[in-house]
Amino acid sequence: MSDPKKASVAYVRQTILPEQAPPGTAIGMIGWIRANLFSGWFNTVLTLLSILAIYGLLSVILPWLFSPTWGAQSLDECREIIAATFAEGTSKACWGVIRDRWIQLLFGFYPSEMYWRPILAFILLGVALAPILFSERTPRKFLVVTALYPFVMPWLLWGGSIWVPVAVMAGFALAYAVLKYTGPRMGTLSSTLLAVAVALIWWLFLAMPVAGLVQSAIPLGLTPVVSRDFGGMMLSIIIGVVAIGFSLPIGIVLALGRKSDLLIVKALCVGFIEFIRGVPLITLLFVASVLLNIFLPPGTDFDIILRVIIMATVFASAYVAEVIRGGLAALPAGQYEAADALGLDYWRAQRLVIMPQALKISIPGIVSTFIGLFKDTTLVSIIGLLDPLGLSNAIRADSDWNGIVWELYSFIALMFFVFCFSMSRYSMYLERKLQTETR
Amino acid sequence: MKKSLFLGTLTAAGLAAGMSAAATLDDVKARGTLNCGVTTGLVGFAAPNANGRWEGFDVAVCRAVAAAVLGDENAIEFVPTTGKTRFTALASGEIDMLARNTTWTFSRDVDLGFEFAGINYYDGQGFMVPKELGVTSAKELNGATVCIQTGTTTELNLADWFRKNNMEYEPVPIETNAEAQQQYLARACDVYTTDSSGLAATRATFEDPSAHVILPEIISKEPLGPLVRHGDNQWGDIVRWTLNALIAAEEFGITSANVEELASEPTDSPEINRMLGTEGNLGEMLGLDKDWAVRAIAAGGNYGEIFARHIGESTPVGLARGLNAQWTEGGLLYAPPFR
Amino acid sequence: MASHTDPSKESFRPSMLIYDTRYRGMTIQIVALIGFLTLLGWIINNTAQNLADLGMRPSFGFLMEPAGYDINQTLIEYQNQDSHLRAAFIGLLNTLLVAVMGCATATILGVLIGILRLSKNWLVGRLMTVYVETFRNVPVLLWIVFTMAILIETFPPPSAFRGDDPEATMAVFNSVAITNRGVYVPEPLFTRGLGDLSVFGLFQISIDLIVILAALFAGIWAARKVRQRADRIQNATGVRPTTWHFALGLIVLPVLIVLVALGFHFGYPALQGFNFQGGIYMRNSLIALWLALSIYTSAFVAEIVRAGILAVSHGQTEAASALGLRPNRVMSLVILPQALRVIVPPLISQYLNLTKNSSLAIAVGYMDITGTLMGITLNQTGRALETLLLGMLIYLAISLSISAVMNWYNNRVKLVER
Repeated sequence: MSDPKKASVAYVRQTILPEQAPPGTAIGMIGWIRANLFSGWFNTVLTLLSILAIYGLLSVILPWLFSPTWGAQSLDECREIIAATFAEGTSKACWGVIRDRWIQLLFGFYPSEMYWRPILAFILLGVALAPILFSERTPRKFLVVTALYPFVMPWLLWGGSIWVPVAVMAGFALAYAVLKYTGPRMGTLSSTLLAVAVALIWWLFLAMPVAGLVQSAIPLGLTPVVSRDFGGMMLSIIIGVVAIGFSLPIGIVLALGRKSDLLIVKALCVGFIEFIRGVPLITLLFVASVLLNIFLPPGTDFDIILRVIIMATVFASAYVAEVIRGGLAALPAGQYEAADALGLDYWRAQRLVIMPQALKISIPGIVSTFIGLFKDTTLVSIIGLLDPLGLSNAIRADSDWNGIVWELYSFIALMFFVFCFSMSRYSMYLERKLQTETR
Repeated sequence: MKKSLFLGTLTAAGLAAGMSAAATLDDVKARGTLNCGVTTGLVGFAAPNANGRWEGFDVAVCRAVAAAVLGDENAIEFVPTTGKTRFTALASGEIDMLARNTTWTFSRDVDLGFEFAGINYYDGQGFMVPKELGVTSAKELNGATVCIQTGTTTELNLADWFRKNNMEYEPVPIETNAEAQQQYLARACDVYTTDSSGLAATRATFEDPSAHVILPEIISKEPLGPLVRHGDNQWGDIVRWTLNALIAAEEFGITSANVEELASEPTDSPEINRMLGTEGNLGEMLGLDKDWAVRAIAAGGNYGEIFARHIGESTPVGLARGLNAQWTEGGLLYAPPFR
Repeated sequence: MASHTDPSKESFRPSMLIYDTRYRGMTIQIVALIGFLTLLGWIINNTAQNLADLGMRPSFGFLMEPAGYDINQTLIEYQNQDSHLRAAFIGLLNTLLVAVMGCATATILGVLIGILRLSKNWLVGRLMTVYVETFRNVPVLLWIVFTMAILIETFPPPSAFRGDDPEATMAVFNSVAITNRGVYVPEPLFTRGLGDLSVFGLFQISIDLIVILAALFAGIWAARKVRQRADRIQNATGVRPTTWHFALGLIVLPVLIVLVALGFHFGYPALQGFNFQGGIYMRNSLIALWLALSIYTSAFVAEIVRAGILAVSHGQTEAASALGLRPNRVMSLVILPQALRVIVPPLISQYLNLTKNSSLAIAVGYMDITGTLMGITLNQTGRALETLLLGMLIYLAISLSISAVMNWYNNRVKLVER
């Protein structure tokens, strides 16, 4: 600055020059391309390689994708159409199989006149989850739907008398009434035990006969559908949703057990979690398909879908437990101390202070666990269930479509992608929201 | 809390099926449906169509049994099973009968504790090769790559046969027929081996079936048939005699078209009369009513009709009767007398 | 919680088991233990009764019987008359093989893609985002069957290499054959080989390999000694003698001498009969499984790496740049070492996932432990309880060992950091 030479310069500009437009190569389209794609030789090479890769992929996929075979009734017809329209040896998709079977890939063998039931169950699932997933944008009244959903969903999907879910719900009402009535008189612990006992007796011995009686008096219900008719995407969603739903309470208990000071309880929980997380899901599914009935009392016969749901629940609960443990660990120690300072006992502290916060932090993790489980439901095809992948084999066993490969795989992959991608985006949105909230 | 609620609801929804006691017949009647184990999909033998209705040669046997026992050929739950799950499904009572082209072997009958109700298809393990390989005998397959379905007897037969003939081979184990077909067509294996009915069925669906030959060697006997659990002889008898009725019906010329007419009044053939219930009380002895065989035949026709509709020469599968012709026509089908 | 009354003065009452916090924990534990043992006993009792009904007695004797089936991809000697136990061991080795290969590839790919995804190059960044989202949002089983289908349909069968004017030719100077059955690469052979060493009569290890490895390690050890000497000289005099050519010679020469002494040469695959003979043969079931698992897992690894890099504060990058480091040196010397601390724990669980997912080998017919012990052996012997139990224990052992090794490594990284 204080260069003596500068001071001796005879002419010094007194006014500021007007701003000039930046050079054409630094703005607009060209500027952007230069800055983002061709800044330096390394980036240029990368860009060119990327363009080459994209071109290579698209030049194979696009011509195959656009194929006038939507109306074909069989693979032979597809081949005829393609041979008639295009040059010899052109490889084209045969979309007729998707037109013919897409409903089956979505609903399996569910009776077609009752498709409204799974669809309604699916829509209600959205409504029931809204208060949890989008808590700030939904009225709290929706929580009623959330509470009722576990009863409504099985009834909608499997059908049967409406009085059965009502009777099961009545068990909860009963337990609650016992708790309210005897609570002040007998002390919390004994009244809780009594409430549980009353509810269990109701469910095990009274609920079904009562439901049967009411049903014979006021017949109200849906046509029953056996679970073997479930298939396709619907089966994947049901297994995923039900298993995650069940695994939440189990996972909470396991996570608390793992953090507990009680040595035996802790050892049991750790053992369970590590065992389940240490073996592949497919071995648990083998257990479901060939061993579970052997573990249960002679004569018990759950059908295979229920057995798979049981094992998927067991599997998911170990993972959910770990997610919730992470949520518990993320809570500042001050929260525990504050709860203690208020004089809350262990369960009250968990219910009123710890769990609401820990679960909220855990939601993204639980969503990821769900995505993982949902993707893993394709494994049930290995034990002979007709999920989308299993159905693709069954479809190929139809002599009309024998030999079809890519079309089915692409369609199934697309379905999974749509579901999983949207869920993972939601999970990321939630994570960002949580970050800004805690900041 | 929540768990027991869910289980309660599910149990209530009728998911947890009842007991599988010895009296399978009573269970089936009480349930109103027959649980029948089939493959997850094999062309001509069992596959669901676009409406979800199961069709095929094995399926037809199940339908006949359902018609005989319950009077409704559609009162069936089809349970798709894999090579791994089929026997446990039957042993645990999940299914009442298994009609899944299962080979009748000593150890399955004696050691695994199943009862084969008869043979609905006489098969044997064969080899299929592309014609351009120029192979005319399986003895020329030394060093070949062989596609093979796992979980079946074919695996052991293959190992035994190559060992016996001092030849090397390279197994490519495959779970389903569809995958085997894909690998074979792409020439990822030189040879595909499975039951020769399966080979024929697979070849029939190729773009150019004439480019592939099925080699003359049949390296094993594969009597395929429906099976039930050991220990419930009444149920075993019902399945066995339903199958026999279908076979005998073809021998006697009873078809789905004329069975009602023949059953409406006694004919001059006493054996037909006994079978169709216009004479004697065979149905009662089985624990069914007198029209059981009429319904079984009316459901899908006699053995010959079922064969022709699902795997016969006019179908894409295109199997000849061969060993599966009536004994009167040089085959092995020989139903014991209805007396 | 603290009570002012002195509890020891009170006599013990049964209700204290529930209401007294000193005893309540004990009560809960005992109740839990009894509950657990009851459940266990109930299951065992049911199992025993059910098996008795089926006329089966649990026993592991079948493991010693001849397996009877063939396995195409084996790392050690196996014939179909060997026992089921040996078949299971072959399967275990195959599981480990694909797991190790998969983890290595997934890590390399994942780190590469994770870094590229942060690239300032718009196109590359987007492309990598598409890669990550595509591969991790579709089930891995689908990718495995997809990859297998691609391998089968794209590459030529061995017969295409036949004839005077073949449709396909071998790659890399006519030494590697890529077919739709697998890839054949040249194998090392020794004209004056030393034979094999039998280990406990179970399997063979090539003595040649042992000798070469011994020569290599001896060379490395010697080179290290040379370097230590150079360090000492540098500490004493301040001048470091040039040693790299000497060290390099120490490592390379002994191995070269051993190789020449053993008559080392390559065995090239050649078409003979139905298939190529000679060379090392990697079946496409192995390749498909390996590729699919590593690509699928690499999408997750990439996300982990990206998150790890983003977790390193930007000041570190700026500081490193201020020191005059080039961008790639900044990455390898400053960012990655710090990011590792964040990356390693989730990476462990991805390795575990990959190993567990390798059990899907059954979908492409790769004979891993699920395919042998829990597949064909189960089918042929009907011993569901024993095989599944054994298989699950093996997987558990693998998982726990990976966790243990990785946790140990993780702790080391942490210690270095502090």
